[in-house]
Amino acid sequence: MPFALNSPCRLSLFGLLATLVLARAAFADDHHSPRVQLLPKYKNECASCHEAFAPGMLPAESWRRLMNNLPKHFGTDASLDPATLKELTAWLATHAGTGKYAREEPPEDRITRAAWFVRKHREVSSTSWKSPAVKSAANCGACHTGSDQGDFNEHGVRIPR
Amino acid sequence: MHTLSLSRFSRRSFAAAVGLSALTLANISQAATPAELMAGYTAQSGSPAVVARGQQFFTTRHGREWSCSTCHGAVPTQAGKHASTGKSIQALAPAVNLERFTDSAKTEKWFRRNCNDVLGRECSAAEKADVLAWLLTLKP
Ligand code: HEC
Ligand code: HEC
Ligand code: HEC
Repeated sequence: MPFALNSPCRLSLFGLLATLVLARAAFADDHHSPRVQLLPKYKNECASCHEAFAPGMLPAESWRRLMNNLPKHFGTDASLDPATLKELTAWLATHAGTGKYAREEPPEDRITRAAWFVRKHREVSSTSWKSPAVKSAANCGACHTGSDQGDFNEHGVRIPR
Repeated sequence: MHTLSLSRFSRRSFAAAVGLSALTLANISQAATPAELMAGYTAQSGSPAVVARGQQFFTTRHGREWSCSTCHGAVPTQAGKHASTGKSIQALAPAVNLERFTDSAKTEKWFRRNCNDVLGRECSAAEKADVLAWLLTLKP
């Protein structure tokens, strides 16, 4: 009897390990993931209301659309003077996402609506997303302690409760 | 004759020096003190600021979802919290946060954006003067 109970258990443990190994192999790919020194002006202008998102997380076309709509930016006025707007738009275009980060222009040009984002966060529970310390999926730093360095490595993940 | 031309020369170079330093001042005119910005807004509006009116303006809604206090707190000697992202916003009162109201371009940029979000239009010089007058009365 104990064996009968045990073996599916062991099997699923094996399954879990296998998944983890596979997952790790997949994540290894992402280590080319977008890490770029943020332009000081970008940090200055684009990190007052939320953290500075890594430019490599959206395709150039999404950034361009976002930058063209700053006066109506997700329900708030984030407008810039023309010179700063031009400089930051060009910088974002240069460092915009490639590969899987550019496979789609996600809905609303949100990083948090991109297919890769949804896939990577499949295991995050709805209670975690709704926790007051998180508040919004765009609040990367609530869980990724290295997000301000562009580091989304699993070792830096701490889900607040 | 000789002395005269010398003194004319030095008078001219003095004028040039004054002109130059005025130019230098103009170049860094973004740096300011809260009192200077306050004086600017008051001069623009043409009447003295009213502290109580500033507090009222700041803490009440103007026909839309947010008041200034929604993000900055009812008493902005403490950090606030962005209404939609939850990001912390440092205190707005100059007595607590020495960086506040020291860069006219920055102050103007945020007045423009935030007034637009809260009122659906830019704030008048009188409204800015009132708010700043009130903020300047707040002590830690
Ligand atoms: C005045 C406040 C404000 C400023 C300034 C601002 N944003 Fe935003 N931004 C927001 C809000 C509010 C949201 C929606 C956040 C949410 O849903 O959690 C947002 C969301 C975003 C998102 C989507 C996040 C997601 O869900 O994936 C991107 C990308 C973005 N901003 C880029 C920028 C860039 C680039 C700049 C600088 C040019 C900027 N923002 C400046 C307020 C601002
Ligand atoms: C509620 C917590 C939470 C929030 C908020 C969050 N993440 Fe994550 N994220 C996770 C977890 C958990 C994982 C999976 C950790 C792991 O095993 O790699 C993850 C994984 C990732 C990965 C894959 C890491 C890798 O090594 O492959 C990336 C990239 C990532 N997140 C980016 C973001 C970005 C960008 C934001 C904000 C726009 C964000 N995350 C917001 C919890 C969060
Ligand atoms: C939706 C959130 C939000 C609302 C509502 C809001 N603000 Fe702000 N405000 C901000 C953010 C974010 C900053 C910039 C963050 C920082 O500098 O720490 C800011 C900065 C400012 C500054 C810049 C001060 C300086 O010189 O450093 C002023 C002035 C200001 N707000 C006034 C107001 C007034 C007046 C209202 C109401 C009409 C208001 N705010 C409503 C979010 C808000």
